Amino acid sequence: MRRSRIFWGAVAPIAAIFTSCLLMYIILSLRGESPFELFKLMVSYGFEPRNLVSEINLTVSYYLAGVAAAIGFKMLLFNIGIDGQYRMGAFFGAVVGAAIDLPAVLHVAVIIVVAMIAGGAWAAIAGYLKVRRGVSEVISNIMLNFIAAAIIAFLLSPKLLGSLPEGSQNVQTKPIPASGQMPTIKIFEGEVYSVFFLAIFVGVAYWVMLNKTVFGFNLRATGLSFRAARSSGVNAPGMIFVTTVLSGAIAGLVGIGTLLSDTHSYSMAFPSGFAFTGLSLAILGRNHPVGIFFAAFLWSFLERAGQVLEFEGIPPEIVIVMQGTIVLSIVIAYEVVARINLKQQQRAVGKVNAEVLAEVEAK
Amino acid sequence: MPNILEVSGVEKKYPGVIANRDVSLLVREGTIHAIIGENGAGKSTLMKSLYGLIRPDAGTIKVFGETVNLKSPQDAIALGIGMVHQHFKLADNATVLENVILGSEPSRFGIAIKYGEARKKLLEIAKTYQLDIDPDEQLANLGVGERQRVEIAKVLFRGAKILILDEPTAVLVPQEVTELFSNLQELVKNGLTILFISHKLDEVLSISDEITVMRQGTTVATLTPAGTTKKALAELMVGGELPKPIAGALVVSPNSFLTMKNVSYSRADGREILHNLSLDLHGGEILGLAGVEGNGQSELIELVMGLLKANSGSVEVLGLDASVTHTKDIRNAGVGYIPQDRQRDGLLMFAPLWENRILGHQFAAPMAKGVWINKGAAAEDSKRVVTEFDVRTPGVNVLSSALSGGNQQKFIVGRELSGNPKLIIAAQPTRGVDVGAQAIIWDRLMKARSQGAAILLVSADLEELFSLSDRIAVIYSGTITSVLDPSKTTPEDIGLAMTGANH
Amino acid sequence: MSTTTTPLTTFKRKIKPLVSSPARIALLVAGLLFILSLVELLTGFSDISSPGTSSATLRFAIPLLMAGLGGLWAERAGVINIGLEGMMIVGTWTGAWFGFLHGPLVGFIAAGVFGLLSGFFHAILTVKVGIDQAVSGLAINLIAAGGARYLSGIYFPPKGGDRTVSPPSDAFPTFTIPGVSPLLERIDGKNIFFISNIAGILNGVTKEISLVTIAFLLIVPLTSWIMWRSKFGLRMRFSGENPMAAESLGINVYRIRYIAISVSGMLASLGGAYLSLVASSVYREGQVAGRGFIGLATVIFGNWKPGGVFAGSLLFGFTDALRIRQNESVMALIIVAGIVGALMVLYFLISKKWKFAAFSIVAALLALLIYLKVDVIPQEFVTVFPNVATLVVLTFLAQRLTPPAAAGAPYRRGSE
Repeated sequence: MRRSRIFWGAVAPIAAIFTSCLLMYIILSLRGESPFELFKLMVSYGFEPRNLVSEINLTVSYYLAGVAAAIGFKMLLFNIGIDGQYRMGAFFGAVVGAAIDLPAVLHVAVIIVVAMIAGGAWAAIAGYLKVRRGVSEVISNIMLNFIAAAIIAFLLSPKLLGSLPEGSQNVQTKPIPASGQMPTIKIFEGEVYSVFFLAIFVGVAYWVMLNKTVFGFNLRATGLSFRAARSSGVNAPGMIFVTTVLSGAIAGLVGIGTLLSDTHSYSMAFPSGFAFTGLSLAILGRNHPVGIFFAAFLWSFLERAGQVLEFEGIPPEIVIVMQGTIVLSIVIAYEVVARINLKQQQRAVGKVNAEVLAEVEAK
Repeated sequence: MPNILEVSGVEKKYPGVIANRDVSLLVREGTIHAIIGENGAGKSTLMKSLYGLIRPDAGTIKVFGETVNLKSPQDAIALGIGMVHQHFKLADNATVLENVILGSEPSRFGIAIKYGEARKKLLEIAKTYQLDIDPDEQLANLGVGERQRVEIAKVLFRGAKILILDEPTAVLVPQEVTELFSNLQELVKNGLTILFISHKLDEVLSISDEITVMRQGTTVATLTPAGTTKKALAELMVGGELPKPIAGALVVSPNSFLTMKNVSYSRADGREILHNLSLDLHGGEILGLAGVEGNGQSELIELVMGLLKANSGSVEVLGLDASVTHTKDIRNAGVGYIPQDRQRDGLLMFAPLWENRILGHQFAAPMAKGVWINKGAAAEDSKRVVTEFDVRTPGVNVLSSALSGGNQQKFIVGRELSGNPKLIIAAQPTRGVDVGAQAIIWDRLMKARSQGAAILLVSADLEELFSLSDRIAVIYSGTITSVLDPSKTTPEDIGLAMTGANH
Repeated sequence: MSTTTTPLTTFKRKIKPLVSSPARIALLVAGLLFILSLVELLTGFSDISSPGTSSATLRFAIPLLMAGLGGLWAERAGVINIGLEGMMIVGTWTGAWFGFLHGPLVGFIAAGVFGLLSGFFHAILTVKVGIDQAVSGLAINLIAAGGARYLSGIYFPPKGGDRTVSPPSDAFPTFTIPGVSPLLERIDGKNIFFISNIAGILNGVTKEISLVTIAFLLIVPLTSWIMWRSKFGLRMRFSGENPMAAESLGINVYRIRYIAISVSGMLASLGGAYLSLVASSVYREGQVAGRGFIGLATVIFGNWKPGGVFAGSLLFGFTDALRIRQNESVMALIIVAGIVGALMVLYFLISKKWKFAAFSIVAALLALLIYLKVDVIPQEFVTVFPNVATLVVLTFLAQRLTPPAAAGAPYRRGSE
């Protein structure tokens, strides 16, 4: 029984990736391209050292988004607000980081804490609305994403919290001094953000919290069965709120790598789309810290390696289609597997019941 | 008067239980025919067969003299049988008219609904049967009695000649009951036939023309109100002998572990569920709570566990005020809770057994060490429970959903009895459980009792109540109507008390 | 997930309708216009009731209207369509491309067909396969966005290297009510208080209206008719309110949801096509810009009624149009808001609703403060107004909203 669970658990993601590859194969063949050649090209390009480095950096951001989404999913919450929460975290982290001056480690720590608070606080709005007013967190988070972008765009004007460095058209926050910057690790002629280690820490902490602590138990229990959790003494509505805030806090960390090791300030050029990515990764990785990591790497690999397609005259955005297809195939595969499992179980229970019925009749 | 409905020899079996056995029923046209019985008597199953929701394994059903084979509710509706469910199937955000005509809309070319025609037909029905309904009222604005009238109108709109009402007065206040009864009499005056399922003897005696009693899946007698008494009916419902208590000598502690004084509780929509309820439970005794389901038992239990707050009165659990204490603190004080719905309230279906051992006990040792979950202790103790309670499972890492219902229940009982709780709330503890398991559970409950625990045993199974309880309190319509001594109670007494006929 | 879940209440007390008869609505609108005219007279900012503003409003409103109607059809049947954004993108792309190749009419037809297909795809995933509605919508958004960019890169002829803009399509014929327009212009020119303002506004919406606009506007009453007067509509509404009840009466809820969600996709797609064929003449990357989500917002704002969705889309279209108008117009609106707030205070004081009176005082004072202290309303705030408005409505008016009770809830046939 256990073995078959692992089997099915692995089959779904593999089947999904396979389906997407098949789809890409078809699309590319239709255009007269040779898909194998292109795949080979992508793979070799993707594993080139300097590309590998940027992929690792991208993986870190994606990973954090994935963990944030996974925390939500454990409570059956669909945190599509990661976009807004990430921006809030990055923005206020940048602003506060530039405004203070502390010894190095402390400075960085403060920025990280501020980013988490900003992300968590923004998520708390959606959490409050859900618990007190029954408002779907999907709708409120979608609205909050736009509002966050607007508020930040407003605050980013030169008259307020932004500044316009010479020779640049890009308004940014004031730069963070050296004590607030995080070093990079020189590997393969590239620079890997040291935030990498923070991400590992977050992943481990996530796993430990979820599986080893009472809080994590309560979280999972509420997601598995609201009523059973409630009967067991868990404050279920409170749990929902706390989980939302926690998810938002982690989302606030998504931009830290870019902020502290690369740009050292926040601008509108910061990437977007982390909500979709984070949710996709959590689904792909089955909310497991290691699974999410592999999914994050897959995602960043596809994105980076996809760039080489441009040289072949193929728009690299086909990679986005591939990602969407992977998510879809995975979810469908899970659903199908769940149905099969259920039928199997029902048959087994039916057999047991038939035996019991025979016993009763014999009386 | 001809027989409009003839049921003979109907049988229906489910895994582990025979729901209907040799059921026979003759209903004469133009009468109100009541079917009474206690929990598990088989009334619902019979009604579902008559309405095409389930197919009987054997027997025949004849409508208007013709044998019929009902495969779905649509078949039943086509024959003129209409069912008014206990749980209404209505949409708040629509008008009465829309709710009534859904699925049978008069239409032009099958596209546009002829509202004028529909409204006229509904008003005619309302006038003929003296049903007070307003076709254009938003359903959300209607009270319970009015909603029931809409459900009645629904079946009449489809030309029903036989109406089946499943516990119609369970949700009504006395005034609404009176209105319902006058409606029913009006329907009968116009030639319709009513099949009325209930457990409330007073009502049944006042309104029906004939009464059929069901017990343990079969029909035992059919009588007229004039030809019988409440006592006789009660005895027929409950059966002959009641088991004698098997628990040992009673050693009761002077302390009350659970005290409820004049407790009233109303739901959010204003309906009063519990009314001036008082009970008292000491250590070392088993207090059985008898009563037909739906008389407030679930709410009572939730009040004790701190999941609901009483509107007035006091609930004291092991010295704690349940209205201000968190459920987890109540549990930590030494309360075990075997919930009525094991799959929804007692287990995490898609989690392994050892995690389910932690459920309900995650706020204190030994399952938790501070903020950390003690997996080792949980696994250890799960194994103990599995052995002690004979839970059939390949191991403690299996998902609880893989276990059969009986084994799930055994595990839950084992879990809730561990740690020597002082107060045990056991709701339907042996429902769906085989005889062997039942014996084990009963044995453990009595052991707990002999060790000084107080047990509130809420059960629909009279045999269980009478075998285990030291006292039996009867709950009816949200209040305790009597407290009986099982060794001296006759079937009539308990039957009358449970059906509210003794005051 | 559903939009709102009533916290444990099954039977509500009497629900007072949020907006009552058409007569009342007309009176309210007239009153607003009166105040507006007053403000314009006093401040000299006359841009708001100009034909330019009203025609821009309509142009911005139509795509939102279509997205909103798309959201309405889906939600009334019980499914929250998160994929509206993606379906709009499908519409913008197919509309522009086929419009370029074969003319705008074919463009719209193509958009409709592809929208229908994408809706149907969403329906199969959520109804038949049974995956989570939000996940399915998410995936569709991704695939549509990536797909559009990919196809742009392949099919669009490089125009100086820019592959994000499609080649232009011809415009759809427009329509002007004969005789009316010059008359309105004359009235407008005369600067008569209140009458000229109305004339100005009307002029904007009667001069050179695209036939498509008119066609799409007609979908509002059509939707209303279908939902409340047709057999399908009644069954569809019950699929969204209580699918179990519908099923017990022999209705095939699955089939109804297939149809409704397909239509939802079609409407959203047509709205997208409007963006690339009427509001402009090209497809541009990122054109949809969140309008699919605003569509969801108009459904909430409009309390799940076609008329409400129309009103919401007009309001949001209006604020969208303001972005490109002068700042003075926004200021004038703030004054109007302030006056309205003051009047509401009076109304609530008279009807003794103290809490609402307090809110109105705060709102009016806020308006005054902004007018006095702020020079320029940042563009971003104007853009994001629909989102804030929706959030406010959800927060404070959650009890008065009447969403379809089963919207967003998973449903399997035969489950009880």
